[in-house]
Amino acid sequence: MTRGEYKIAQKTSVFRLLKDKMAGSVMFTFTMLSVLLLILIGAGLVIKSLPILEEKSLWELLFTSKWKPMRGDFGFLPFIMGTLWVTVIAIVWTLPVSLFTAIFLTENSRSWVKKVVFPALDILAGLPSVVYGVWGILVVVPWISDSLAPHFVEYSTGYSTLTAGIVLGIMILPLMISLFVELFSSVPQDLREASLSLGATRWQTTKYVLLKKTFPGMVASVTLAISRAMGETIAVLMVCGNIVQMPGSLFDGCYPLPALLANNYGEMLSLPLYESALMLSALILFVVVFVFNIVSRLILRKIERTLV
Amino acid sequence: MKLPFLSKKIKWYMADWNETELKKGFFRPDQKFRTDNAMRSNMVVDHLNVTIQGNHILKDVSVEIPDRKITCIIGPSGCGKSTLLKSLNRLLDANEDVKITGQVIVDGEELYAPGVEITHIRRKMGLLSQRPCPLPMSIYDNIAYGCRIHGLRNRKKLNMVVRYYLQAVGLWEEVKDRLHSPAARMSIGQQQRLCLARGLAVEPQFILADEATSALDPISSKTIEDLFLKLREEYAIVLVTHTLRQALRIADYVIFMYMGEIVEAGTAEQIFKHPQKELTQKYLSGVFS
Repeated sequence: MTRGEYKIAQKTSVFRLLKDKMAGSVMFTFTMLSVLLLILIGAGLVIKSLPILEEKSLWELLFTSKWKPMRGDFGFLPFIMGTLWVTVIAIVWTLPVSLFTAIFLTENSRSWVKKVVFPALDILAGLPSVVYGVWGILVVVPWISDSLAPHFVEYSTGYSTLTAGIVLGIMILPLMISLFVELFSSVPQDLREASLSLGATRWQTTKYVLLKKTFPGMVASVTLAISRAMGETIAVLMVCGNIVQMPGSLFDGCYPLPALLANNYGEMLSLPLYESALMLSALILFVVVFVFNIVSRLILRKIERTLV
Repeated sequence: MKLPFLSKKIKWYMADWNETELKKGFFRPDQKFRTDNAMRSNMVVDHLNVTIQGNHILKDVSVEIPDRKITCIIGPSGCGKSTLLKSLNRLLDANEDVKITGQVIVDGEELYAPGVEITHIRRKMGLLSQRPCPLPMSIYDNIAYGCRIHGLRNRKKLNMVVRYYLQAVGLWEEVKDRLHSPAARMSIGQQQRLCLARGLAVEPQFILADEATSALDPISSKTIEDLFLKLREEYAIVLVTHTLRQALRIADYVIFMYMGEIVEAGTAEQIFKHPQKELTQKYLSGVFS
């Protein structure tokens, strides 16, 4: 290498290093932006809901059930319970369904089944939630009010907590299945072979090895699905009945937090504290999802430590 | 997470230790234990053809696996050694797009006959894979797993089985104080021995080892080799190996494979000292590998 060539090489290497540094800092900035977004949203919600928090005690807001904005009564309990019930119903019935579907797809099915099912799931996941809402009104609501509810209660419109749970479940089903499928496919084949070679059946292998190995991942997947489910708005709002009450049975209407926000924001904002109350409902959702994620992460870490 | 009550849990081994009862075997009370010479197991591979995703991997393989001997399958990479081994206990079925013709006959039962119940045949063959893969549970449960799935629930008997087979592979002294800690925390060499013990615990007749020592350090592989030499007295061992020296050290019988076919098979002396085929001579002298 002549002296000139050497200098050029040195120069390009300086540029190279500079670019490397720049790329690093750009990526870091964008990453921090997304974190900043979370903080900004949180802070915005807190600031907006401060007026009502200053006026009333948090206890009164969260744990009383009187909702009369005209008179200045803001009790969020019915909404919180509505959200919880709908989410719980959705998770309870989708968990086994998605689990068995995912096990079947990864462990037992032939390749053509996968070729049919996976695109179908992708389409299901991609459908706008309004479509699910309409489908809920057309199919699930009449089914509940005509066929199911008469066995249990005197009268139900069909717009109920159960309906919302069912529709919500159908919406998160594709997500849960694809998360579980991903999880089960990540288990090395060697592990299955080790179990099979001992004379275990496929089901025994699945039950004792696969599910055990993927348990931490399953907790994480369910958490993600629950977070999604809590925030789902349109489809739920279309079928839940939107009645401010504590749901006494599965066939009563309810009013989840996101529905409250979506239905009322922009109307009657002249009422004192009303906007602030609505903002508080958003804050409650935010905090619940936030805390839920952190807690599940802690649980996850503990499980992983004991298992591996 | 540390469990303080664990120390009590593992006191059991002081009390119920009964070797003679173990010798009878738990799963085959009608048959005598393997030390009895009258019982011979037998495995014959009969014109086996395996095609995976259109590739003809095994071509018309016929061979007999002798009992209570170490049979080494040698050959260059990709010649179908591992496929042959896996087809011996029908693990290939789990993969997609596999076509198999021919038969593997174990104690008179045809593995690839339609409608055959495979699990009880698989139990006759312990598998040792290239990388040790302990099941995601404690050391104790790893050994007890096989027994439990075959219906042995008695705690005392399970304790005996676990201790017996951990001793058989020389792990007992190393792990007896942490039987209930996760198996994944052991060293790789220990894990491989645990896998061996796990396979032995369901009382197999064959041990299938797929390059069982290639991921291990020299001392661990020596331990495993010594174990094989010891276990030869009771089991038929089939070992796929990449290292000729290993085959030289421990093989009684050698199968040399090339491009999915068996080129030559015979006793170790025949193959290593007087190879008949030119291909075998070339491979042994290191012309290709």
